[in-house]
Amino acid sequence: MTETRYTLGGDEHLFVELSESMNLHAFFRSILITQRLAARDLPGVTEICPANASYQVRFDPDILAVGDLQSILEDIETDLGEADARLSTRVVEIPVLYNDPWTHETLMRFRERHQDPDSTDLEFAARVNGYPDIEAFIEAHSDTPWFVSMVGFVAGLPFMYQMVEQSRQIQVPKYLKPRTDTPKHTVGYGGCFSCIYSVRGAGGYQMFGVTPVPIYDPEQKNKHLSDFMIFFRPGDIVKFRPIDREEYDVILEAVERDEYTLPTAPVEFSLEAFEADIAGYPAKILEALYGN
Amino acid sequence: MAIEVKKPGLATSVQDQGRQGNYHLGIPPSGAMDQMSFRAANLLLGNEETAAALECALLGPELTFSEDTQVAVTGARMQPSLDGEQKPLDTVLDVRAGETLAFGFASAGARGYLAVSGGIDVPVVLGSRSTYALGALGGLHGRTLQPGDLLETGKPPPARPVGKTIPSSMQVPVSREREIRVVLGLYDARVEVQSLKRFLSEPWQVASESDRIGYRFKGGTPLNFVPREPPFGAGDDPSNIVDACYPIGSIQVPSGQQPIVLHRDAVSGGGYMMIGTVISADMDVFGQMPPNTSVRFVDVSLEQALQARAERRQRLDGIRAALRG
Repeated sequence: MTETRYTLGGDEHLFVELSESMNLHAFFRSILITQRLAARDLPGVTEICPANASYQVRFDPDILAVGDLQSILEDIETDLGEADARLSTRVVEIPVLYNDPWTHETLMRFRERHQDPDSTDLEFAARVNGYPDIEAFIEAHSDTPWFVSMVGFVAGLPFMYQMVEQSRQIQVPKYLKPRTDTPKHTVGYGGCFSCIYSVRGAGGYQMFGVTPVPIYDPEQKNKHLSDFMIFFRPGDIVKFRPIDREEYDVILEAVERDEYTLPTAPVEFSLEAFEADIAGYPAKILEALYGN
Repeated sequence: MAIEVKKPGLATSVQDQGRQGNYHLGIPPSGAMDQMSFRAANLLLGNEETAAALECALLGPELTFSEDTQVAVTGARMQPSLDGEQKPLDTVLDVRAGETLAFGFASAGARGYLAVSGGIDVPVVLGSRSTYALGALGGLHGRTLQPGDLLETGKPPPARPVGKTIPSSMQVPVSREREIRVVLGLYDARVEVQSLKRFLSEPWQVASESDRIGYRFKGGTPLNFVPREPPFGAGDDPSNIVDACYPIGSIQVPSGQQPIVLHRDAVSGGGYMMIGTVISADMDVFGQMPPNTSVRFVDVSLEQALQARAERRQRLDGIRAALRG
């Protein structure tokens, strides 16, 4: 069953690939193994980084030998066994203005780097995924929740994996050549992952819209960032809600006055229950946010 | 004491030992790229070894000081001057209130380190004063210096005798040709064996767009990949992987073309395969490689990497011993 591959990242990193392809089992093992490693508070371990289908540990080899670290990780993985993967996490609603003017302006500037210069990113993504128009595509992107399967690239950027059967998952290639610019808070897509760009900068993901809600702020000006400057954690569940320009402006003003409350609720997720009812279980998760 | 920035230089930033513990959320270590030179500058002045200093890339800043103090400049060969009078590198310098400190072009190396008695005092963010410009975090307002900026300094230690110098045997070597030692691994099996051998046998040149995020290389032969069916979620390019965490020092080769070695302001993850990782003992070298430096990547074993790590620590201990008291 296990296809775990341990490989060195120089003398200070151990990189552990749980699966070569993306799947929720690998993602859950990444979350659960790294949580258990963190709980051991092992001397010499300096960074524990879960990712989509792999994880990485940075350590001080003067304190902890890589062979000892690998043995500990192998023991943790064996202990996990095949038991149901359960996660105490939270579900968050992110409002999104799809097909917004800012990503539109940006994508027009970088058309020569795109595989289909005559379409917008949304039109291209809708077509290659078999949707008749961008409205149907936006519905598919916003209807079901997503797992935050990794946080990174730049500070606070969530990678998200859709909670649907693999056959229904949206897949979109990245730009042929990365852009040098992406608006802050762009909702993007590359491979089988959605993301939210936490800062303005370079990027290669297709651009679908923007959220008015900040997800990274070193000055922590909003209450949903008061605990820490980065909002998302691996394992968070995200529901996108399409909004119009009017609501976008209302939320943006509320954010600026720190009067916006990001809808968030605690939730328990069971991988076994999800896999037994992939079409129905996500709605149960969303009850935590919206009630019955 | 305040330092006023008259001219900011090309890319001058506040840096120290860096931060740890938040790489899993995308916050990289940051900190001085050439830690040995940075620490030596502080040791010269009797500062805490990791007091924040200014990292000055290629073209240094012009600064004035509101009070008498001491400074030291290490790293790249960027000749300092005080009110136009040339001063030596790698030594303790007295600065008088009102004097202007300027630098010549880097004649060798790429980053000078300017330590000031008491260290640069900017707020500590997540355990470090280092600047992470991409995330607008740390340093002075989360960015490189601009004209008119004012920098405060910490409580100075007792003054050091002027002229105290790093023994020349311990100075950081700067050269136009370098060997960089690498532990192969990660996704190296994606590359055909002969192609990987050629990668290691050819010289590569530092490309001009190299920075604190990553060093880019040009001039070598693109990689040939082992054919495969793309794994679900990876992407169609043969260099794509399911997005994963990137080790600091890892060598990624997008589409097999230009290798990129991630450094202290690294992007923490992404979807490009990596063929190996630069050993910890050789990471300082990147801080002193200007564009067009010629590099060969040399593969070493983990044992050799740990041996090099021990030798680097001994060299730092030697500098500590030479400059103590």
